[in-house]
Amino acid sequence: MYVLSAIVIMAALGLVLGLSLGVAAKYLKVESDPLVERVEELMPGSQCGQCGFPGCRPAAEALVSGTAPVTLCPPGGTALIEQLAKLLGVDVDLSNAQDQEPMVARVSEETCTGCTRCFKVCPTDAIVGAPKQIHAVVADACIGCKKCVEVCPTECLQMHPIEVTLRNWRWPKPLAA
Amino acid sequence: MLAFLENPRLRGGIHAEEHKQETSGQPIAADFPLPKKLFIPVQQHVGKPAEPVVKVGDKVLKGQLLAYSQGTISAPVHAPTSGTIIDVKDYPAPHPSALPVRTVIIETDGQEQWLKSFPPEDPFLLDPEEICSRVGGAGVVGLGGAVFPSAVKLNLGRKNQIHTLLINAGECEPYLTCDDRLMQERAEEIVAGIRLMLRGMQAPKAIVGLEDNKPVAFRAMQAACREFDNISVEQVPTRYPMGWDRQMLRYLTGQEIPADGRATDIGVVVHNVATAHAVYKAICLAQPLISRVVTVSGGAVGKPQNVEVPIGTLMSEVLAFCGVDKAKMARLVMGGPMMGDALPISEVPVVKACNGILALSRDEIEEPEVQACIRCSSCVTACPVGLLPLEMASRIKANQLDSAVDLGLKDCISCGSCSYVCPSNIPLVHYFKFASGELVKRQQAEHKSEQTKRLMNDRNQRMERARLEAEAEALRAQEARAARAAAQAAAQQQAKVEESV
Repeated sequence: MYVLSAIVIMAALGLVLGLSLGVAAKYLKVESDPLVERVEELMPGSQCGQCGFPGCRPAAEALVSGTAPVTLCPPGGTALIEQLAKLLGVDVDLSNAQDQEPMVARVSEETCTGCTRCFKVCPTDAIVGAPKQIHAVVADACIGCKKCVEVCPTECLQMHPIEVTLRNWRWPKPLAA
Repeated sequence: MLAFLENPRLRGGIHAEEHKQETSGQPIAADFPLPKKLFIPVQQHVGKPAEPVVKVGDKVLKGQLLAYSQGTISAPVHAPTSGTIIDVKDYPAPHPSALPVRTVIIETDGQEQWLKSFPPEDPFLLDPEEICSRVGGAGVVGLGGAVFPSAVKLNLGRKNQIHTLLINAGECEPYLTCDDRLMQERAEEIVAGIRLMLRGMQAPKAIVGLEDNKPVAFRAMQAACREFDNISVEQVPTRYPMGWDRQMLRYLTGQEIPADGRATDIGVVVHNVATAHAVYKAICLAQPLISRVVTVSGGAVGKPQNVEVPIGTLMSEVLAFCGVDKAKMARLVMGGPMMGDALPISEVPVVKACNGILALSRDEIEEPEVQACIRCSSCVTACPVGLLPLEMASRIKANQLDSAVDLGLKDCISCGSCSYVCPSNIPLVHYFKFASGELVKRQQAEHKSEQTKRLMNDRNQRMERARLEAEAEALRAQEARAARAAAQAAAQQQAKVEESV
């Protein structure tokens, strides 16, 4: 008898609670803008903060609400501007847009003390090294966020333009008529 | 224009001044003096650069391996003569930017001492796989200018069961006659190379296509092919860019390669005629690709002619041999005037891709004044691919690359017909080269952004794991401390009890 009533009570409880949860999910839902998600997916996602926002998500929110221009993201370059303008339906004049030259950090071996501060802050693990050993930057993984430059006590980390080689040399844009 | 109407199998194209008669009647010069130094870049092909196997100070023999091929799409390079390796360093490449490339530098000893080689007794009895591997090992690449490793193409042909090998002897670029001379003088060897290629690919028949402005070469090739029923020689109209594989294939077979496909999709493989000759040398003589025939021509050249030069010879020495008037030379071009690259300096080596060295005088080039587009659509008529160059260029000018891609930018072959006919002198093909480079850059940026996300994810996960581990460690330490304290308390209690007893 006790077993039966327990089963009935538990089942009823489960049903009622389940229903109320379902109703709550429908009526008390926290709205999240799907557009923000899509914009965030386009962003580089390195949370570098070069746009002035604390990360890519807040920047995406600002973009969707229209308080930030589509040209806000330096690492994204013109490709991102074009994609954002298309997604958000904004007109943007790209004829004068100039991608800023991508920069990467480089360790100067004379002044590095091996303090390990830089590789602790690197968001992409692009710096390799060990305590009291000279560190080095893996240029292919560096995103140019300058976090390491800020923490370096001896200023041995500096930003340099990416070296031009036969593999990444490209034709320049013809001068307009 | 009338020829175009008469023949529906021809699309677009131009007819420029040929300038071939200066060199097509002269035999290939064989008396080019051996240079004191040779500069051999390790990257002379499409794909991964070769890896040097020689050290500074090593003595090498003619034909010895200098750098081996890495990966499936790559090609080795060999010593063009005997001598001593004096350096392996970065040296300017024959490229419009003259940026450095890793280069093996040989000081020649003048002995021309060959590495002992073992040519097969009957090359036409070799296994197809053996032919392909020997061609790959000899560093043979497409000599029409694309420098794609030939062995890869032969293997691809065998796997795809192709029905026709098309030998491209169009040589549609003005000035160039190196393939023409090669066919006039060495037709038999070329045909042997074609037969070896057919065997290597297990293909039944071959067609040699050449423009009808080379009657002597045509007759020579016909004579050489007479006893082989499966090789035919066909003439095609002289109309640039006839040497574009799709144009020639469309003319000769009426078939069209799909826009995003390859010739193998319709059962055809295309090789250059000079490549066939290199295959002959690689198999029958067991000689790697260490020299090539180069057309030296242009208004500033005193003795325009074809010269067989070792790979790695500096262009300045070839130009000096042909009596170039440096004061008259206004532009140095590697390749043909339509698709070749203008080089800023002449102290760069001749590489496998180099089919011509043109020293153009001031009246052969123009420094045109660029004017606005008048939408005359001459470029649309000239485009052999059927694109809208004027529209694409205006999009690219406004940095709207995506819409240029929608208009077919990726199908552009940079043949330069549009720039040639443009009455406003708009550098159309320069716009397309710029845009193609930008697209590659974008692709790389996207790839990097993906990699960045993955790296950050990994790092975040690692940090989280480290934090959890530290917490667990702290908890364990606390528990251990508590247990120790409890044990101590219990022991003290015990001691007290024992004392009171």
